[in-house]
Amino acid sequence: MALHEIHVTINDEPEQVAVPANMTLMRMLREKLALTGTKNGCSAGECGACTVLLNGEPVNSCMVLAVECDGARIVTVEGLADEQRLAPIQETILSEGGVQCGFCTPGILISAHALLQRNPNPGEDEIREALVGNLCRCTGYVRIIESVKEAAKMQSLAG
Amino acid sequence: MNTHPTLPEFDYLRPRTLAEASEFLSRHPGEARPFMGGTDVLVRMRDGFLTPRFLVDVKGLDGMNELRFDPRAGLTLGAAFCMNRVIASAEVRTHYPLLAEACRSVASYPLRTRATVVGNLCNASPAGDTIGACLVLEGVLHVHGVHGPRQERLGSFFLGPGKTTLEAGDVVTAIHFPLPPKGCAGVYLKLGRNQLSDLSIVGVTALGYPDSTCLSGYRFRLAMASVAPVPLVPVEAERHLASHPITPESLREAAQLAADACSPIDDVRGSARYRRLMVRNLSAMALARVWNRLTG
Repeated sequence: MALHEIHVTINDEPEQVAVPANMTLMRMLREKLALTGTKNGCSAGECGACTVLLNGEPVNSCMVLAVECDGARIVTVEGLADEQRLAPIQETILSEGGVQCGFCTPGILISAHALLQRNPNPGEDEIREALVGNLCRCTGYVRIIESVKEAAKMQSLAG
Repeated sequence: MNTHPTLPEFDYLRPRTLAEASEFLSRHPGEARPFMGGTDVLVRMRDGFLTPRFLVDVKGLDGMNELRFDPRAGLTLGAAFCMNRVIASAEVRTHYPLLAEACRSVASYPLRTRATVVGNLCNASPAGDTIGACLVLEGVLHVHGVHGPRQERLGSFFLGPGKTTLEAGDVVTAIHFPLPPKGCAGVYLKLGRNQLSDLSIVGVTALGYPDSTCLSGYRFRLAMASVAPVPLVPVEAERHLASHPITPESLREAAQLAADACSPIDDVRGSARYRRLMVRNLSAMALARVWNRLTG
């Protein structure tokens, strides 16, 4: 199968990758670039473990072809922290105990981060709706939702 | 069992013009598929139901990513305009809130970054959540084929599960909605296995508006999801409401007529019998809500 040469910006770093047409963005991140924070759960756009930002918007990276991403900007969980400082949602998911096994956490962090970007002060219903595509089998979600509320507060205090 | 099957091999093309896309697709009937957000096609390929030799990515082509609203002509929604952007559009929320409501019921935010209304129509699943809104709002598809552009009415577009009147070489470029009827109110009620994000067991779309040409003074449009091989318009129920005074009884009778029009199947999400009962109940609820908003 022919390879397609693509140029992408991943976590602010330019990358040039040769990908077959049937390689998903998720596989490219994990297998070509060793960005294994992005998890493979269902491969069908249902569990959200592979959520990344594509040109600023969250997508299921198992449902995107790598070859489509030529020229795109991608942010994975590895790119959420700013230098040595965690993003607010990363801080609060730790402080609120929103992690158990951790498999869903990267996708949750990306979805929640994107929510807080487009809506800095979400209500509980809005948080639940934004995270509906991120399945967690451990926590029962309560602490995850508290983490997002706390992150919103932290962000607003930081101004 | 391989729980993480990879996609079968295929090649990916990105034509520069619609003419080029139509020409390529028509030269490879059965082998090449137009490719938009991929939320249905990639799942079906992964599961081995589809094995196209070529995916022809058409979402970058002219006008595909635009939404245009004209206060006299209505709304034109480019085929690649994703559902999250439809939901966020002030014009859609103001003039076509039913369309935004239907989009919001689809899967999750990340999936809706990729999912499109036109893709939902072309996929032609009887469960398609936005199809009902497109039917009752009288959407017309803009199609580019080997003989150039043409329009397709949605009323005759669906032929069966996954089957439409589209032929090799056809690319749907947009859907156009005329201005909604004056004073209209609409709802989409969806019953899934959970409150958000699941496919529908049954979906009922209802739109009502004052119409002095009807004996009742009001016209209602209805569309049902997941209850027949194609998205279903229960015309007997619509006729009943146009020709009888609107009362709690006539609304209930129409809901029963809607249930009678269905031919649901048993599947993993629900039995045929349950579906038929739920169509009756959801239709009654949808019609009552619309009626309350029209008169309240």
